[in-house]
Amino acid sequence: MEHPARPVNVTVNGTSHATEVEPRLLLVHFLRENLGLTGTHVGCDTSQCGACTVHLNGAAVKSCTVLAVQADGAEITTIEGLADGATLHPVQAAFQEEHGLQCGFCTPGMVMTAAYLLETRPDADDEAIKHALEGNLCRCTGYVNIVKAIRTAAQQPR
Amino acid sequence: MHPASFGYEAPASLEEVFGLLRQHGEDAKLLAGGHSLLPAMKLRLTQPEVLIDLGRIPGLSGIRQDGDTLIIGALTTHTEVSASETVRNLLPGLADTASVIGDLQVRNRGTMGGSVAHADPGADLPVTLTALNASFMLTSAEGGRTVAADDFFVDFFTTALEPHEILTAIHIPLPAAPTRTSYAKLPHPASGYVVVSAAAALTLDGSGACTGARVVLGGVGGTPHRATGTETALNGQALTPEVIAAAAERAADGIDPHADSYADEEYKRHMAAVYARRAIEAAAARA
Amino acid sequence: MSTEQSNPNRLIGASIRRVEDPPLLTGQGCYVDDVKLPGILHVAIHRSTHPHARIVSIDTAEAAAMPGVVCVLTGDDTGDLALRAPMLTPEMNMPEHPVLARGTVHAVGAPIAAVVAESRALAEDAAAAIGVTYDSLPVVTDAEAALEDGATLAHEELGTNHCYTMKRENGDVDKAFAEADHVCRLHMKSPRLVAMSMEARGVLAYPDPIRKELTVWMSTQGPHRSRADLANSLGFPENRIHVIAPDVGGGFGSKGCVYREDVLVCHVAQKLGRPVKWMATRSEDFLTTCQGRDQAMTSELALSKDGKMLGLKVRVVANLGAYLHSATAGPPQRMLVMAPGCYQIQDVRVEIVSAFTNTVPTGPYRGAGRPEAVLNIERLADKAARDLGMDPLELRRKNYIQPEQFPYRTGVGVEYDSGDYEKSLDEALRLSDYDQLIRMRDEARERGELVGVGVSTFVEPSGGAGFESGAVRVDRTGAITVLTGSSSHGQGHETVWAQVAADLLKVPMEDVVVRHGDTIAIQQGTGTFGSRSAVMGGGALATAAERLVTKAKAVAANLMEASADDVVQVEGGFAVTGVPERTVTWRQVAGAAHAKGTPAGMDPGLHETAFFDPNREAWGFGAHVALVRIDADTGELTIEKLVLVDDIGVVLNPMVVEAQVHGGLAQGLGEALCEEMVFDEDGQPRTGTLMDYAVPRASTMPPLIIGETETPNPFNPLGVKGVGEAGTNGAPPAVANAVMDALSPLGIDHIDMPYTAPKLWRAIREARKG
Repeated sequence: MEHPARPVNVTVNGTSHATEVEPRLLLVHFLRENLGLTGTHVGCDTSQCGACTVHLNGAAVKSCTVLAVQADGAEITTIEGLADGATLHPVQAAFQEEHGLQCGFCTPGMVMTAAYLLETRPDADDEAIKHALEGNLCRCTGYVNIVKAIRTAAQQPR
Repeated sequence: MHPASFGYEAPASLEEVFGLLRQHGEDAKLLAGGHSLLPAMKLRLTQPEVLIDLGRIPGLSGIRQDGDTLIIGALTTHTEVSASETVRNLLPGLADTASVIGDLQVRNRGTMGGSVAHADPGADLPVTLTALNASFMLTSAEGGRTVAADDFFVDFFTTALEPHEILTAIHIPLPAAPTRTSYAKLPHPASGYVVVSAAAALTLDGSGACTGARVVLGGVGGTPHRATGTETALNGQALTPEVIAAAAERAADGIDPHADSYADEEYKRHMAAVYARRAIEAAAARA
Repeated sequence: MSTEQSNPNRLIGASIRRVEDPPLLTGQGCYVDDVKLPGILHVAIHRSTHPHARIVSIDTAEAAAMPGVVCVLTGDDTGDLALRAPMLTPEMNMPEHPVLARGTVHAVGAPIAAVVAESRALAEDAAAAIGVTYDSLPVVTDAEAALEDGATLAHEELGTNHCYTMKRENGDVDKAFAEADHVCRLHMKSPRLVAMSMEARGVLAYPDPIRKELTVWMSTQGPHRSRADLANSLGFPENRIHVIAPDVGGGFGSKGCVYREDVLVCHVAQKLGRPVKWMATRSEDFLTTCQGRDQAMTSELALSKDGKMLGLKVRVVANLGAYLHSATAGPPQRMLVMAPGCYQIQDVRVEIVSAFTNTVPTGPYRGAGRPEAVLNIERLADKAARDLGMDPLELRRKNYIQPEQFPYRTGVGVEYDSGDYEKSLDEALRLSDYDQLIRMRDEARERGELVGVGVSTFVEPSGGAGFESGAVRVDRTGAITVLTGSSSHGQGHETVWAQVAADLLKVPMEDVVVRHGDTIAIQQGTGTFGSRSAVMGGGALATAAERLVTKAKAVAANLMEASADDVVQVEGGFAVTGVPERTVTWRQVAGAAHAKGTPAGMDPGLHETAFFDPNREAWGFGAHVALVRIDADTGELTIEKLVLVDDIGVVLNPMVVEAQVHGGLAQGLGEALCEEMVFDEDGQPRTGTLMDYAVPRASTMPPLIIGETETPNPFNPLGVKGVGEAGTNGAPPAVANAVMDALSPLGIDHIDMPYTAPKLWRAIREARKG
């Protein structure tokens, strides 16, 4: 059964978008399909893997478990909006420096979770970093260099 | 995975919600944080006709102390609970519980009320809230009623909530005497849900003797399980290691846990005692 | 392992940061699902909920009438369109593998009908509306049970569950066993594992009916082989198919073959004349992507009383699942070449028997038969030592192939290139402070704690399975391009091949661009799997670069009016020996090579290609040490220390190599600690989502110490051996041996992985009950 589209007004990476969407559209599909922001990935169907993590009003959330209509009025930051122009965010830079990514598929979610963590807990130690990553799966790196990268980023002056 | 199509309502007041509930009846489901409902809808395990999003209704979230009661709005997120100084100071066991639900992103969206109303037998909060003797404010067009946690959780995914009611707040009594709270959890290695968990709330007198104990197990049945044998064994006792160990041994009395692909019944029974002991020890160790 | 540059003058051996990273870190990667084409259609598939059943009826009428649905296909529409696997033996049994079920389904998840619709959501709506009625058939899920007389048949049509048997025998095995003082016996099973690449499988096909072309974006580890397989299945010319592997989100072996959905999507696209895409959901990936391991091994090791290994018998029973993918039958054969490990055992008999069951097909998954073989011999070595009352290290040392014996022909008839197993073990013991570990263990044991130390020393073959191609091209302006048949999906080839090429050509790395993953751009290729790319892709690249330098010297000599013999490489170009001021740059040489500047008789241009096949595998080796503690109250296993020493010959980029060790290790620990795909006796998957199937998380990883020794491979131009599977091969047996050491006071001598807390708790409890 078809259901009427609903208006959605959101600001994504600083740009506002006013549009209408089907109620069932998930935020991740809205970002990927409607806005063409394909850096946010879908890695599972049970809200486990974290590849779809974005910032919704400043909080890291799994965009596969949020309806686009729920985000009406929100400010969203995706991986595409994290760097300051050509200057990588300290977490992005640290991921390259510490080789915290291999295939890159989990990376946007990892980086967004890490950036949120360091906003909320700049002093996070290894244990806090690992706890914060419980909702982000990686199959390539064994997490070793991801944790190292986040630690490195935490030590950058901001 | 895409959920089946549904209609969406975003009422701005409880009155509107009551009207929508009347209109749609059982075809409608209430949406809070969505972290129980949306995953089930994506797998098409549930296909509601209409979602009523409670997220635009003012006044449903927040944490405040009202005399000897802590009141937590139903839409308060797990992150807000675990980070709350008030909760950390008064009920550290609740803060600890909120901090081990799901994962960081889930805690940023998932809500207290959503978790309680969903009544997943693998959820954390029902266990701790039962130990804390919480009661739930259920609001309807006709008014409201409060139901104690002991009576609220009826069975797997089943609560005392009537279809026309909304869980709006959680009330937790703050006893005059010092009460120590804790939560110990054996998480499933894949889902992070509870395999077995235990929450303890121990009230102590000036001498350190336990004057009131509530010890509740999770994961061992359809609802949180009061380990009454354990509670009895603690009451009136100084919390020595021997007393705690003996009391914890009784935690599995009368439980009938279900085996799953990870843990069999016997293991869960044993873990009930182990985690009850860990929860009691952790509570007893709190300053 | 140092991550610093060891020789400041060379790029090979330097921990260069990856050039792949900036797009992947900023959301600018391009995976299959990110490719946008106008007019694209989406496929969703209705799959069997039964592990074995005859299909009585399929009702597609409602689905076909739903909004946005373009068409619905069943096996009647796709007919003979099927996957084909190679025949490995003339007697091999091969079940039908149609892209959509025809009459019968043999596993949960087998595709029955496909919906093509204007959006993925609409396709899923319609797929859910398809009704199938089944007539259930009996089910078999266990390979050993499937091979018993009178066993339930996984495929009634086939009349047997047997797929193939292979044997290899050397020496006089019966005599060795007859003369033995002791025979150590062990039966073990390796758990079935899910590759779980973070990007599930996906395919997008774009037909061009006018030009009779087909462009296919696939999440694949080998675009050229995929192209050939698609051509064979579709009956469409290989030279009209263009396969592109864009950014690929991991594979771990599981994306090395073509799947039914790949063929189906190409077929539908050609039929409709529109681009068509299918992306697996995670649930579909769990049900359809080749899974790993699931082998049962029954072994006997004959020994003298002083611990000399005299003979070995191994029988492998491999669970192939319900259907044969092109690589499904491969992994069990690893035992044929690996059974004796790093030991001098010449009297060896190996038998591989493989069986069909009503489960997801198996196939290569990181290690692909190596972890099973290492586990087998390393558990045997430990158990033998325990049987004989010997130190497990002493028993190993007594039987190692010695450094002066290389190249060494083993008891299964393969030649190991190089090795120094004692050196590797000694380094691991040094790094682990082994004597202290043993003291700690003994003290803990006195206190009644369950603490154990385990070692595995192992060999691992890499770089086989055919050839690899590499080309180096210098264009008119001196710009350098490397074209490689290896197909990186996280391994860092864009960085490492640029390092190698720049090093060999003596140019800045920034001047080199690496291309891969495209069947039009790249000459030919085999792909990236089985730890092969450093050996094979690197070997091809080094060979091509050498040829290129030889030709460039001739052109340079022509330009400088010198003899080619007097031309030497200098930074950025060439010079004449003894006349350092006479130099030409690569740009000048390239310009000349494209403008009649080549010497008489030499072709113009500056583009050399090599197809490289050393006709042998490279045999890396290592020693891993684990210290574990088990909480007897909960069964919870904690790895307190893990030391990994790997010898992979020359290291091209230490940072990348170390990260490969980390990744392999994590998957190895997944096998040891938590991962297992379980089917119940009715054939239903019980761990078919990430809610049930546990993969390692950040908190799973134990403290690590990583070391290396370097024994160059004499049969490779770069001296390298593979590393991608080192952690998967060596670490699980070290953990297994440590767990069995911890449980030895209870009289427990073997438990199969994974060592979940409930499993260990039960074993401890039963042992204590007596």
